Amino acid sequence: MLKARPVTLLKQSAISLTLVAATITSVQASGSLSIESWRSDDANIWSDVILPAFNQSHPDIKVHFAPTPPAEYNSALQAKLQAGTAGDLITCRPFDTSLSLYQNGHLENLAGLDGLNEFSDVSKSAWVTDDGKEQFCLPLASVIHGFIYNKAIFKELDLKVPATQDEFYKVLDTIKSESRYIPLSMGTADQWEAATMGFQNVGPNFWKGEDGRKALISGEGKLTDKAYLETWQELAKWKDYLGRGYQAQKYSDSQNLFTLERAAIYPAGSWDIQTFNDQAEFEFGAFPPPVVKAGDACYISDHTDIGIGINANSDNKEAAKALLNWMASAEFANLFANAVPGFFPLSNHKVAINDPVAQEFVSWRDQCNSTIRNSYQILSRGTPNLENALWNVSAQVINGTMSPEAAAKKAQDGLQAWYAPQQ
Amino acid sequence: MTLPKSKSTPESAVEKKPIPWHIVFFLGPALLIYLTFSVYPLLDTLILSLYDEQKGQSSFVGLQNFITLISDDNWSSAFWNALANNFQFFIIHMLVQNPIGLLLAVLLSSPKLRFSGSYRTFIFMPTMLSVVIIGFVWQLLLSPIWGISENFLYHLGLDHYFDAWLGKESSALITLSFISVWQFVGIPMMLIYATLLNIPDDIVDASVVDGANPMQTFWYIKLPLILPTIAMVSILTFVANFNAFELIYAVKGALAGPNFSTDLMGTFFYRTFFGFQLQEGSATMGAAVATLMFLIILVGIMLFLFFVQRRIQRFQF
Repeated sequence: MLKARPVTLLKQSAISLTLVAATITSVQASGSLSIESWRSDDANIWSDVILPAFNQSHPDIKVHFAPTPPAEYNSALQAKLQAGTAGDLITCRPFDTSLSLYQNGHLENLAGLDGLNEFSDVSKSAWVTDDGKEQFCLPLASVIHGFIYNKAIFKELDLKVPATQDEFYKVLDTIKSESRYIPLSMGTADQWEAATMGFQNVGPNFWKGEDGRKALISGEGKLTDKAYLETWQELAKWKDYLGRGYQAQKYSDSQNLFTLERAAIYPAGSWDIQTFNDQAEFEFGAFPPPVVKAGDACYISDHTDIGIGINANSDNKEAAKALLNWMASAEFANLFANAVPGFFPLSNHKVAINDPVAQEFVSWRDQCNSTIRNSYQILSRGTPNLENALWNVSAQVINGTMSPEAAAKKAQDGLQAWYAPQQ
Repeated sequence: MTLPKSKSTPESAVEKKPIPWHIVFFLGPALLIYLTFSVYPLLDTLILSLYDEQKGQSSFVGLQNFITLISDDNWSSAFWNALANNFQFFIIHMLVQNPIGLLLAVLLSSPKLRFSGSYRTFIFMPTMLSVVIIGFVWQLLLSPIWGISENFLYHLGLDHYFDAWLGKESSALITLSFISVWQFVGIPMMLIYATLLNIPDDIVDASVVDGANPMQTFWYIKLPLILPTIAMVSILTFVANFNAFELIYAVKGALAGPNFSTDLMGTFFYRTFFGFQLQEGSATMGAAVATLMFLIILVGIMLFLFFVQRRIQRFQF
């Protein structure tokens, strides 16, 4: 096996390895489990609420929640899995990233796990092999994109929640010209915000959700099509409404600008509700991405975002399976949906969500058509992968250093280079 | 430790020198550590770069990784970009950090300067701080949202020059270079300062007696005597810059944004080896990048030794 090799690189890698090693936990004692996750924001909820509830029914299994910051998660996890130091339970990114972990033998096949019966095939589709036969992660939660706004500022400026794009830009113009607030709180320094909160947030209305996503996979649709071009043109318009120096604004800066009431609207993922509940001292609400014109069908990104699987090298697979089965229960679904508002459970249980903003988000499922992020399934298997390309070009379009046309061409060229149906 | 044998010595030598066990004993531990932690990893990296790993199976591919790195569009543009940025990073250090270090050292060694000990400590202080702290502090100072730089420039009447320097493709790398210069200027200063203190007073006195003014004393007496140190500082700068990684990672993350404009060989290596976003890491490709970094540094040092170091005269007092 080649697995010991990463430890033996040059000095440069030693530096990087220490960075990674700093996050490696050493809890490996028998009867205890450790969970790898990128949800560092929720660490206290896991250790104070969710895991104690689990211990009431399973007092003999000690569970430790060990998160890594989101941007480092994938690479840190891979390094840990290769070195054999990863935790027993692995929080799974959807689709290709986890599929490749499974194919490389890092994740356990979950065949025969009772808990899987509680989920629909659609929920499970993000963590199953292409032939639909082998399930390697249990679905945990989905996240929905939209915009979160400061209700007090909207009231102060007498603004109505926008439903169409015209109304949306009218609102932005009013905030910009009639107040000192920043209309839109987003930055491009971290790049993923531009792609996730920008492109994948407003895009589904242009490419008609699942239709457009599936057309890209089958090769009938191209990223140079009008729908995608319009999405980037939309993002290019945003730059006039972002805060000063947004090019150096990071994700946490964007969150802080909103919670400190310096910005009125925040392009959001529903996972932000949790942070804002803690930090914002004003009332906030949410609206779905505005449609092009009144009466259009609306589309939202309702992304199957989190799953959880078992490390194939875990010494405690039985305990891990007990935990997964518990995570498929109604008890967990209720606990999770309300302890971490903004993460919506994927199991078939009926769950009552108490958080008003999370309710708003989830209510869009009834009015709009759901889709998932178009770069996650299949299209990120090659080099250069589509998700990476979208980060780069979306950030550049918002920075004004690349035209929407050039962005579409670059993304399409990258995909065409390796994806046969697009050639 | 072989002894010269004369031709007449018979094959079966009667008198053998005993094996010098004490040398083995004293050198052994250090040699063992050096072999285990320096030589073996280096060789292993070189070997690993000749392999490819697909789905857990590794196979020998010769120089294919290097050919991909230099000729394949997906890799080569990122590689050349990182290399070019790295040279820019190095040149800024050579042109800014080392001259300022020299200037500070000369000022500090001036016998008329009061509080020189305090200055020395303050200027050296950032070097002792963690890069992560430096990166975080400067990011806050320069932040257009929370930072104080804009206000500071406003009081100087220069506020219209303020920009989101760390966020713009045109200025991000230069800004990061200056942060790095600010942090590490203490090292050339200390090394040159120590050399300046070593120059015997009688040589300087003699030049004064001969009628040299302070500038002449510096150019004709002191500078030639500290040239070997400056050469050593340059080599240290070269090696440190081409291994640089932490500052970029702390401030801009592994993506070295915007649009890879701050990407150095170190961050490029990190992304290749550990993966980033949805791109999987590749140990073999990473080893190829690490090998190239090693070769670049090796060639740089050899050129330096060959063309510069051999010509430098050293003086003994």
